[in-house]
Amino acid sequence: MGAIRLEKVRKAFGEAVIIPELDLDIKDGEFVVFVGPSGCGKSTLLRLIAGLEDVTSGDITIDGTNATELPPAKRRLAMVFQSYALYPHMSVRKNIAFPLKMAGMDKAEIDKRVSNAAKILNLDNYIDRRPGQLSGGQRQRVAIGRAIVREPAAFLFDEPLSNLDAALRVGMRLEISELHQRLKTTMIYVTHDQVEAMTMADKIVVLHAGHIEQVGSPLELYSRPRNTFVAGFIGSPKMNLLTGAEAKKHDAATIGVRPEHIALSTSEGMWKGTVKVSEHLGSDTFLHVETALHPEPLTVRADGEFPVHYGDTVYLTPQADKIHRFDDKGLAIR
Amino acid sequence: MATTHTKSAARAMMAPSVIALLIWMAVPLAMTLYYSTLGYSLYNPISTPFVGFDNYSYFLSDPTFSAALVNTLILVVGVLCITVGGGILVALLLDQDFYGVNVVRLLVIAPFFVMPTVAALVWKNMMMNPVYGVIGQFLSSIGLQPIDWMTEVPLLSIIIIVAWQWLPFATLILLTALQSLSSDQKEAAEMDGAGALSIFWYITLPHMSRAITVVILIQTIFLLSIFAEILVTTNGGPGSQSTNLTYLVYQQAISFGDVGAASAGGIVAVILANIVAIFLVRLIGKNLDA
Repeated sequence: MGAIRLEKVRKAFGEAVIIPELDLDIKDGEFVVFVGPSGCGKSTLLRLIAGLEDVTSGDITIDGTNATELPPAKRRLAMVFQSYALYPHMSVRKNIAFPLKMAGMDKAEIDKRVSNAAKILNLDNYIDRRPGQLSGGQRQRVAIGRAIVREPAAFLFDEPLSNLDAALRVGMRLEISELHQRLKTTMIYVTHDQVEAMTMADKIVVLHAGHIEQVGSPLELYSRPRNTFVAGFIGSPKMNLLTGAEAKKHDAATIGVRPEHIALSTSEGMWKGTVKVSEHLGSDTFLHVETALHPEPLTVRADGEFPVHYGDTVYLTPQADKIHRFDDKGLAIR
Repeated sequence: MATTHTKSAARAMMAPSVIALLIWMAVPLAMTLYYSTLGYSLYNPISTPFVGFDNYSYFLSDPTFSAALVNTLILVVGVLCITVGGGILVALLLDQDFYGVNVVRLLVIAPFFVMPTVAALVWKNMMMNPVYGVIGQFLSSIGLQPIDWMTEVPLLSIIIIVAWQWLPFATLILLTALQSLSSDQKEAAEMDGAGALSIFWYITLPHMSRAITVVILIQTIFLLSIFAEILVTTNGGPGSQSTNLTYLVYQQAISFGDVGAASAGGIVAVILANIVAIFLVRLIGKNLDA
């Protein structure tokens, strides 16, 4: 089926090493998300798996067969591009049928699969339109349709939602998760948005400068980040990372506390601070609190209607068991 | 540009050039129409009697006319086939990344800057001449009989010369079209299992269709009035084998001194060009809408 294994995969463009040696195991049927800041090599990694780029060294195994030297079409993978990459001069039907036509499948079977895919993706009403006449979300669905008709070993998604508006993004996120539940096919999904990663993944791979920083389930990364990078990257708003005297008290070079693990009070607490900007989300309010502990203000989650204003004094108390400790190399101390 | 004021200002500003253009176009056309109804010979310019449609019936019934019409079409279609086909191939080549691609691009575009008369003379004397020409020399050197291009295949010779001049134009337009094709689409097709040929046929060619349309439309307009190349090489001959409509009109006016018939021929050429243009726009112009 769709187990993918990377062994000592390395990619360099001339002198520039994009991905230093890297190992990764993706099990059949898993929804794996590659997440990381721009330029971390996540798209390159996906393109290496797809075969659109050649590995400099190392092996890629798909379904137990070595695919390192195989051309993209022979790897039985389907890819959804950020730009959708639909063929503008073909109707939706022809777009979806294209991979089947290239495979030389007979007409009746193509029609059956295309109409099936169109039904799954609610594209029935647009089947004879051109991509130019569709909205962003519909184009995205056509691109997914083109991928699923091939019944590939795995789907590759390259930041598929970043061209959609916020509301549509949430909808498509659900649809893709739903699709994964239904098809049970391996999916590899690249994004820079940690919310997408957290909400969709079975397994998240956090990448930074071509290195894998940590691999784990969303909650594992959230509750047990391996280092300060993962701690700062996963979770929204970001974890507060403190160095200096306060960290020393915990025998660490750096300590981290998430905004949601700090108790707020207007009368008493461990750390005294001054409220700066408040961000009201309705259900929650995120307060930026200036303290003597750290030059940057700390972010604290408060109740939606917590009654403080700019300049008020508040007291913060971190939950003792939710303090993450990191050594001077940034690695978690457990 | 939305208010009434700016609109009328814009009209006033544009008026001089619009009027100048109108005069530029309308006066010669009107005079040609007028002359085409006169029995106007340069050998006897004093008497120019009104002859009605006689000039037209004379011109259209001239056996050279039908030959010239066929030649014109062969010339246009031949050059179009070579330039569009060749242009696509050269554009595909130039789209590749190889050492010195910029210099090669410049070289490919160079023929466009050579004057038609010069190009034709160079081809006639240095390439196609059976004794001194490069092609003749080459054929002799491998033991074949050199071809006397200008007398044996005059129309083909002219097609080759004109195609050589227009190939850069087609290449340039098609290359820009080719470069605007997103690499995502090619990669998507590659992942979909399309080979190089399928990618070309299903992705690249449709993407270029609009540019190809533009090339065909623009070139047709210019190719219908090819003249200099014929004048300096074959003079329309041998016989009328390489005479096109433009050259026939020139012959009527200058060689035979018959301004009336030439004017009638000019009007016929205008009408034919318009028919071709309408057909072309109907046929392939819809490509430009999408």
